[in-house]
Amino acid sequence: MRDVAVIGIGMTEFGEIWEKSFRELVAEAGIKAIMDAGIEGEEIDALYIGGMSTGRFIGQEHVGSLAVEVAGLEDLHIPSTRVEAACASGGVAMHQGYLAVASGMYDIVVVGGAEKMTDVVGGEATNILASAADREWEAFFGATFPGLYALMAKYHMHKYGTTQEQLAMVAVKNHYNGSLNPKAQFKRRISVEDVLKSPMVADPLHLLDCSPISDGAAAAVLAPLEIAKKYTDKPIKISASIQATDTLSLHGRKRFDALPAAQHAAKLAYEKADIKPKDVDVAEVHDCFTIAEIIAIEDLGFVEKGKGGKATEEGLTALDGEIPVNTSGGLKAKGHPVGATGVAQINEIVLQLRGEAGERQVKEAEIGLAHNVGGSGGTAVVHILEVI
Amino acid sequence: MGVPRYWREIPSRYNLIGKKCGVCGKIYFPPRSICPTCRRKSAGKMEDYKLDGKGTVESFTIIRVPPPEFEGKSPYAIALIKMDEGCYLTGQIVDCNLDDIHIGMRVEACFRRIQEDGKRGAIYYGYKFRSLKS
Ligand SMILES: [Zn+2]
Repeated sequence: MRDVAVIGIGMTEFGEIWEKSFRELVAEAGIKAIMDAGIEGEEIDALYIGGMSTGRFIGQEHVGSLAVEVAGLEDLHIPSTRVEAACASGGVAMHQGYLAVASGMYDIVVVGGAEKMTDVVGGEATNILASAADREWEAFFGATFPGLYALMAKYHMHKYGTTQEQLAMVAVKNHYNGSLNPKAQFKRRISVEDVLKSPMVADPLHLLDCSPISDGAAAAVLAPLEIAKKYTDKPIKISASIQATDTLSLHGRKRFDALPAAQHAAKLAYEKADIKPKDVDVAEVHDCFTIAEIIAIEDLGFVEKGKGGKATEEGLTALDGEIPVNTSGGLKAKGHPVGATGVAQINEIVLQLRGEAGERQVKEAEIGLAHNVGGSGGTAVVHILEVI
Repeated sequence: MGVPRYWREIPSRYNLIGKKCGVCGKIYFPPRSICPTCRRKSAGKMEDYKLDGKGTVESFTIIRVPPPEFEGKSPYAIALIKMDEGCYLTGQIVDCNLDDIHIGMRVEACFRRIQEDGKRGAIYYGYKFRSLKS
């Protein structure tokens, strides 16, 4: 297997982007990434695009072909594959792109992710997101997606004494980081009180504990490390790309205070990259709900299991903390166009490692980690990226 | 939801029919075709097994923003329940004050209306849970 590098990134602004179609979002992110990488269209060997539920959000499946058309690559007839793993669709697309280059099958691969969620009305979006859960044995009985994370939150609070205030602090931190990210959906800073006063969605999760419904797209260009320098002065090495799986339903898992698939992916990723959790300088984690970030920093070994709430309260994961988490604003503030999220996380880590993250730049960031989750933990993808 | 899709799951949703692994004896609900412990050895040896219906609340939440099929039914409680047979499932807790629900609460299954399909006029039934009076 060959070493793989990210040689280009690009993404749209995230948010309710009513003036742009799915097609335009895909085009914008893809073109930005291709320009950033300095490649010619004819150098591209394959495309992978993550999309969770384009069929239900915009009535459009077959987005592999759509992506080739918007990129103007149809005469090359290159393979283009749409990848679906709920909210981890983007991360799994990255993993597929990584495998394609690492294996030697392809040299230049463009990975994209996109979702256009605001064309459907509110309740419908919630219902589509519930399809990431078990339709027959969870959703049928009235469980919602926030509801499943609320079950984990309640469990974590009961077992470890995690508080609603600590959950809220995740949102406060991520909104602060979002205020420094020009691409973020929410640039408004909020307080713990704002979170606790926002309407309850599923106890103990308030509206401001939840990531929003968003439109957006992101892309990354991958190449073998050995030729990456030909394209960029700052290639970022993918030192691990690990995907793991667990049961579709939450009730089928071995434990409810962790996402075992994420723990597994993290363990294998650290082994592959030959680093320890404390070596990570900056991380993007899947904070679809505030409790998800607390569980994530525990699963990733940044803190001991059960200590995530306390660590957040003490500022471990703040922009100026020991391990800054979700410097982009995370799913919470940057926005969460589901299929795009995993690739957008890679965008942020690459920016940080290149030293191009502007006001939210983490000093001397050399190792970054991205943690992307599908559903309530049925899929998890961990990428470790490094400056070379 | 198509009616056949609902009808197929009736034995499990009406009568809590799960599966027992014919090799290790472990009980699964919802039903599974393969025991994740015994795997290959369990193929073809998963037998129907009726749960007793009693369990303990491991975690719960109150749904305030319901999905379209549960419009007008909120707030309602959803819980992660550990059945006495050792398996876990997701279900609503009813017939009690929402404030009285707690982790560790003993519950028993009851047969109830779960949701209605407005367009087809179909009513879907299944299990919910209520407090178990000892
Ligand atoms: Zn068995």
